[in-house]
Amino acid sequence: MQITGAQALIKSLEQQGVETIFGLPGGAILPVYDPLIDSTIRHILVRHEQGAGHMAEGYALATGRPGVAMVTSGPGATNIVTPIGNAHMDSTPLIVITGQVASASIGTDAFQECDITGITMGITKHNFLVKSAQEIPRAVAAAFHLATTGRPGPVLIDVPKDLAQSMMDWWYPTTIEEYDLPGYRPEVALDEEAVARAVQLISQSERPVLYVGGGTLKSHASRELLAFAERTRMPVVTTLMARGAFPDSHEQHLGMPGMHGMYSAVTAIQRSDLLISLGARFDDRVTGKIPTFAAGAKVIHVDIDKAEFNKVRIADVAIQSNVASALRALDAASAAPQNLDVWWKEIRSWQEQYPLVYDEPLAAGPLRPQHVIEAIARDAEPGTIVTSGVGQHQMWASQFWKFEEPGTWINSGGAGTMGFGVPAAIGAKVGRPDRTVWCIDGDGCFQMTAQELVTARAEGIPIKVAILNNAYLGMVRQWQEMFYDERYSEVYLSADLPDYVKWAEAMGCVGLRATNVKEMRDVIDEANSINDVPVVIDFRTDSSEKVFPMVAAGASNDDIVVHPSQRGGAK
Amino acid sequence: MTPPEPYLGVLDHTPVRHHILSVLVENKAGVLARIAGLFARRGFNIYSLAVAPAESNARFSRVTIVVDAESAPLEQIVGQLDKLVNVVAISDIAPKDALERELLLATIQTDVDNRTSLLDIIAEARAAIVDVDAKSVTVMLAATPKGCDDFEKALEAFAAVELHRTGRVALPRLGKMASA
Ligand SMILES: Cc1ncc(C[n+]2csc(CCOP(=O)(O)OP(=O)(O)O)c2C)c(N)n1
Ligand SMILES: [Mg+2]
Repeated sequence: MQITGAQALIKSLEQQGVETIFGLPGGAILPVYDPLIDSTIRHILVRHEQGAGHMAEGYALATGRPGVAMVTSGPGATNIVTPIGNAHMDSTPLIVITGQVASASIGTDAFQECDITGITMGITKHNFLVKSAQEIPRAVAAAFHLATTGRPGPVLIDVPKDLAQSMMDWWYPTTIEEYDLPGYRPEVALDEEAVARAVQLISQSERPVLYVGGGTLKSHASRELLAFAERTRMPVVTTLMARGAFPDSHEQHLGMPGMHGMYSAVTAIQRSDLLISLGARFDDRVTGKIPTFAAGAKVIHVDIDKAEFNKVRIADVAIQSNVASALRALDAASAAPQNLDVWWKEIRSWQEQYPLVYDEPLAAGPLRPQHVIEAIARDAEPGTIVTSGVGQHQMWASQFWKFEEPGTWINSGGAGTMGFGVPAAIGAKVGRPDRTVWCIDGDGCFQMTAQELVTARAEGIPIKVAILNNAYLGMVRQWQEMFYDERYSEVYLSADLPDYVKWAEAMGCVGLRATNVKEMRDVIDEANSINDVPVVIDFRTDSSEKVFPMVAAGASNDDIVVHPSQRGGAK
Repeated sequence: MTPPEPYLGVLDHTPVRHHILSVLVENKAGVLARIAGLFARRGFNIYSLAVAPAESNARFSRVTIVVDAESAPLEQIVGQLDKLVNVVAISDIAPKDALERELLLATIQTDVDNRTSLLDIIAEARAAIVDVDAKSVTVMLAATPKGCDDFEKALEAFAAVELHRTGRVALPRLGKMASA
């Protein structure tokens, strides 16, 4: 059967089971938008290509299936570079299709030409510049295979316009051999000897900690984690990328470690004698100053990517595996630590002494951002998905929302991309229309990608956005207050400019505002009663509020700074 | 204040831990850029690099990379390199197990007075003369990197018009397997 390259591209995406594409057309990708009309695939027309990328990421993180975005060449392609970099840092399966100028024009500085495969070489798992229409099915099949296996990540396919327009004989790869990836071997057999050494280390441990990272979610290992943790009674910490991998309500869960982690989670790691890293990568936001990070601990490092081993921290035992298989193997070998009663007693004392706290809410306002998050969470249905931007509000959302299941916390961890929250929420809602999706956003972040609420309204995607409007680039303000002698440089935004309520309304959304505790409760009720259009709430929060606990950048985790009300005595 | 000299890195640094990676790659456009880009962004130092189509198969090329294993642990370099989808196989040849060769081409100015001593040096190094005219000689030497170093040093007595070295290629010594 002879079809065009463009038809082959759409047909290939259908073969992969793609239901939704987020994108925006233009000259070079025009041929591909034509057969889209006849396809069962839903296309969501974004207002900026960055939105398409983050929506596809949100979709992927909410569903576990790869997100797909499609844009044109040149500026369309460069506009989606940020989401590609973001997906690369967070190992999110993302497929990006870019139009390219015609093959014969490549290298001539043609209109809207840019070397997008060159630009994204360092921030994709792999990318393809298609060289013949006949190769399109192979490129698509290989891209999905690469994006979703091993350590997931973004894959870009650059399609020159003439190839989309030319004819090819339809075929589709049916075996991995036909993907033509001779250098790609994502899975290796579990090293039984390493597992045995891990079992041995565990058996000697009196103060173990399960250090759970995003790889645990990526390998769908929550059930294995719960079983292993409950059998061994080990304490669990979940990193920013792993929130939801272990229920927050579980008594063995100490919460998030790291720069703004729970005191007990941070301190348990510091005092541990064995750190079992499950798909985590010893990010500097978790380790603080590396030489003092868990200095007395042996390390068992489980990761699908062997390049993570000994990159930051030397592992005593490295197990190259997905987290689920490794945990099953450890369980099968009945790995068990020493009696943990003394360890738990110690941990419980830290939890009692340094719980997560914030100042008493003031009825008349300004609102406490933590209080707002707790109030939204209290009334949210179980299974509500939460996305966020980047900044203080992100840390508070991670700290104060209680996550009970995988896929309910979607944020930008490794890259820290402001503006991620709104489009990611839209993508998540498209992927999980059955779930309520809240975006806990900052006023600064909201202004970066808010225009996608037009997309949400136009496409009937009713997300809810809570802007914690502190009138500042709050996280930067916090650093300037604490580390630059309160010399505030270019961080003030104004609470009233823009008028978020009017802006929301102009975008076809419901816009609400709350300045005191009563209004806060009323607008949350109102937002929860609206399920047909997006809702945006401008919560006026206290500008001077800071995120605690905090480990200063580059400082030792031993020097964690707790909330002012908890200081005095030992800090 | 006089402006500082442009920063050229640590110039007197002679890496002592050269490692040879023999890397089989798919013969696809951009593969070299992927390798070079990876080394640049991860801060790994390439000492030399040689590329040519691999034995018997037009689909693959062999890249011989001499890395400075002081710039990063070899395990990191190999691990990251292995993640490049177009990299098919990597063998790490420890220097003591390697048979290494490098090609040197040099054009030297000579006159009647020093021609004999130049010919002596060429003969002693077992280099070959590949071109001659009244004022200069072009010589070629295929030797170990040390042999090339020594020859280059010996030529310093003469005015060199141009000197090129290819970077090394290597194979494991017979009976010594490279580690994957
Ligand atoms: C694209 C981008 N630019 C700059 C930064 C640096 N940055 C980190 S947090 C932050 C402030 C975010 O402000 P806002 O969205 O209002 O959140 P808040 O911290 O006030 O809760 C900035 C500027 C970033 N992370 N991303
Ligand atoms: Mg703010």
